[in-house]
Amino acid sequence: MVHRVRTDYGDSDPLFPSKAAAFWYAVLMAGLLAAPYLLESYYLSQLVFIMIYAIVGVALNILSGQAGQVSIGHAAFLAIGAYFTAVAQKYGVPLVLYLPLAGVFTGIAGYLVGLPALRLHGIYLAIATLAFAFIVEEIIARWESVTHGNEGLMLPPPSLFGWKLGSESFYYLCLLVTVLVILAAINIIRSSTGRSFMAIRDSETAARSMGIDTARYKTTAFALSAGITGIAGALYAHKMSFISPEMFSLAVSIDFVMIIIIGGMVSLRGAVFGAIFMIMADPLLIILKDRIPSLTEALTHALFLPDAATQAIQAGVLRVVNAPGLKSLIFGIIIIVFIIYEPMGLDGRWLRVKAYFKQFPLARQRSARPPRMFLKSERR
Amino acid sequence: MSVGVRESCGKALCETIERSITTHAMVATPELISCLTNSVDLSHIEKNQAQRAAGMEMLDFTQQLISGVALGCVYGLIALGFVLIYKATEVVNFAQGEIMMLGAFMSVTFIATLGLNYWLSFLLCVIAMAILGAVMERVVLRPILGYPQFSIVMATIGLGLVIRALVGIIWGTDDLRIETPFTDGVFTVGKLVIAWDALSIIVATVLLCGALYAFFRFTKVGIAMQATSQNMLAAYYMGIPVKRMFSLIWSLSAMVACAAGILLAPITLIHANLGFLGIKAFPAAVLGGFGSIPGAVAGGITIGIVESLSGFYLPEGFKDVAAYIVLLAVLLWKPQGLFGLNAVKKV
Repeated sequence: MVHRVRTDYGDSDPLFPSKAAAFWYAVLMAGLLAAPYLLESYYLSQLVFIMIYAIVGVALNILSGQAGQVSIGHAAFLAIGAYFTAVAQKYGVPLVLYLPLAGVFTGIAGYLVGLPALRLHGIYLAIATLAFAFIVEEIIARWESVTHGNEGLMLPPPSLFGWKLGSESFYYLCLLVTVLVILAAINIIRSSTGRSFMAIRDSETAARSMGIDTARYKTTAFALSAGITGIAGALYAHKMSFISPEMFSLAVSIDFVMIIIIGGMVSLRGAVFGAIFMIMADPLLIILKDRIPSLTEALTHALFLPDAATQAIQAGVLRVVNAPGLKSLIFGIIIIVFIIYEPMGLDGRWLRVKAYFKQFPLARQRSARPPRMFLKSERR
Repeated sequence: MSVGVRESCGKALCETIERSITTHAMVATPELISCLTNSVDLSHIEKNQAQRAAGMEMLDFTQQLISGVALGCVYGLIALGFVLIYKATEVVNFAQGEIMMLGAFMSVTFIATLGLNYWLSFLLCVIAMAILGAVMERVVLRPILGYPQFSIVMATIGLGLVIRALVGIIWGTDDLRIETPFTDGVFTVGKLVIAWDALSIIVATVLLCGALYAFFRFTKVGIAMQATSQNMLAAYYMGIPVKRMFSLIWSLSAMVACAAGILLAPITLIHANLGFLGIKAFPAAVLGGFGSIPGAVAGGITIGIVESLSGFYLPEGFKDVAAYIVLLAVLLWKPQGLFGLNAVKKV
C-alpha cells in the first residue's frame, strides 16, 4: 500500500486526496449529469437503484466500517423511511419537507435501537438488530389502518413544488441526494465524531479511557446510519411506487450487508462499488443464464463427446441453470470467496491495482498482502 | 373459549352498536335497544360459560405447554449447536438452521428413496452430517480464523445461502415427508393427549443432553474441547490440536442439528424453509447466554413455551414475533443473557 506523506494537520484528511482525484470526480459528476441523455431508460433506472443502494451502503459504512457496530436489520430502517414517505405523501406534505423528515424520523427509530446497543456488542447486537427487523416487518404487516398490511401501499409519482417528477428528473433528485449524503458522510468521518467512531471500533475500552463518551457516540452512529437509510427508503418507495412488507425482509438486510462486504468497509468508495456490484449482478446473471446452455453445447461439440454424454451434460447444466435457488447459490459463494480472498473488498482491489501502476516496475505482490490476522478473543 | 376470540366477539358487538348508533340512532331506537340487550345477554352467558370452561382451559393450557416444550426442545437442540460452536471458536454459525435442514433432507433420501430402516437411516444421516460439518469448517471457516467477527458471521450466512440453494437444486422445493415410528401415534393421560412425535423430541433432547454431558465430562476429547473453549492459547501450549478440535466441534454441532432436523420431520413437513427455524433458535441461544449448554436448552424451552402460549392466547401475529420481543426484553434487562457470564474484554 502507498501512504502519503503528511506535512500538516489539515493535510491529514482533505475532501479530495489530490487535485487529480478532484478532476476525476468532476469528470464522473459530468458523466452522471449527462447520463439521462446518453443512456436508455433501463440503464437509467439501474443507476437510480445503484444510487439508492449506495446511500444504504454509506449508512452501513458509517455504522459498521467506522463505528464497528454490527447491524443485520437495516431493511427495517429502509421500511420505516419508505412507509413514512408513503403516509406523508398521502397527507399532502411536500417532498422538500418529507424527504429530510423521513431521515429524521428513521434516525429517531435508529436512536431507540441504539439504546440497547449501548449494553450489547458483537453478536448480541447483531441478533438484537435482527429481532428488531422481524418486529418491524410484523408491525407493518399487521398495522393495516396505516400500512394496508400485506396488500401494500401505492405511491403516486413524487412532485416537487407542484411539478411532477418524471423518471429523468427523479434521477437528478436521487443524484443530488446521493452526492449530499456522501459529502455529509465524508465530513462526519473527518470530524471529531468520526474519529470517536473509529476509536470505539478499534477498542471500546481504550476509547473510554481516552475520555470518549462511548454511549453517546454509539447511539449517534446508529441514529446517523438509520437516518441515512431512511432517506434511501424514501427514494426507494418512490422508485418502486409500491411498497409491501415482504420487500423489507431479512434477505434485503443481508443484501445490504453484502454491499459493504463486497465493496469494502474501509472507505465510502467501497459502498459505491458494492452497490454497483449488487445491482448489476442480477442482469449479468440473467445474461449468463441465457448463454450458458449454448456455450456448453459448443464445448461438448468441440470435445467430440458422444451424443449420449452431450445430452446428459446438457440436461445437467439446464437443471442447474434453471434451478430456483441459483441466484442465492452464486451470492453465497461470492460472499464466502470475497471474505476469504478479498477481505478489503473491491475497494481494496482497486487500491492495489492503482498502487501497482503507480510503482510500476517495482510493484511486488508481497508488498500488497494484507497483514495476517490473529484470533482476538472477546473473552477475558 | 379463548381470550382472543372473546375479545374479537366483544369488538364486533361494539362495532355493530356503534354503527347502529351512527346510522339509525335518530330513527330506529328499538333496533338499538335490542342490540344493547343482546350484548348484555351475551356477556351473561359468556360468564357462565367461562365458569364451566375453567377446567377445559386448564387442560388447554397444559396441552399448549406440552407442545411448547416439544417445539422448545427443537429450538434448544439448534441453539445447542450454536453454543457448541460459539463456546469453542467464538464464531456464531448463522448456517445452523440450514445444516439442520440438510440433515432432514438427507433422511428423506435414506428413508423414502433408499427405503432403509428409520434407526439405521438416523445413524447414517448423523454420520454423514458429521463429515459434512468438518468439511464446512475446513473449507469455509478455517481460512478466516481470526478475521473480524462481522466477516465470519457473513461467511456463515453465505454458507447458509449455499446450503439452501443446493438443497433446492438437489431435492426440489416441494414439501416432503418421511415415515417414522412416531408419526400419527398418540399417548393419553386422562384427558391429556400427547402426540408420539412431540414426546419423541422431548425424550431425545434429554438423552442427547445426557450424552453430551457425559462426553464433555468423561472423555479425553471432550475435556480437550472444554480446554480449547476456555483458553485457546493455553490449550495449544498443552499440546491439544486446537485446529482439529474446531473441526470436531463443527462435526458435533452438525450431528446435533441433524438429529434435531430428523426429529422435527414428523411435526412439520420437510421443506426448503425449514432453515429459518435456525433464526428462531437465536433468541433461545441468547436467552441461555450463548455460552452455556444447559442454558441453550432452557432458553429453547422458554422460547417454545412463549411462542406456543402467545399463539393460543394473544391475537394473531404475536406468535411469530413473541420470541424476538422476549429476546429484546431480556437483552435490555440482562445484556449477557440469563445464564451468561459478565466479562469485560481487556485492551
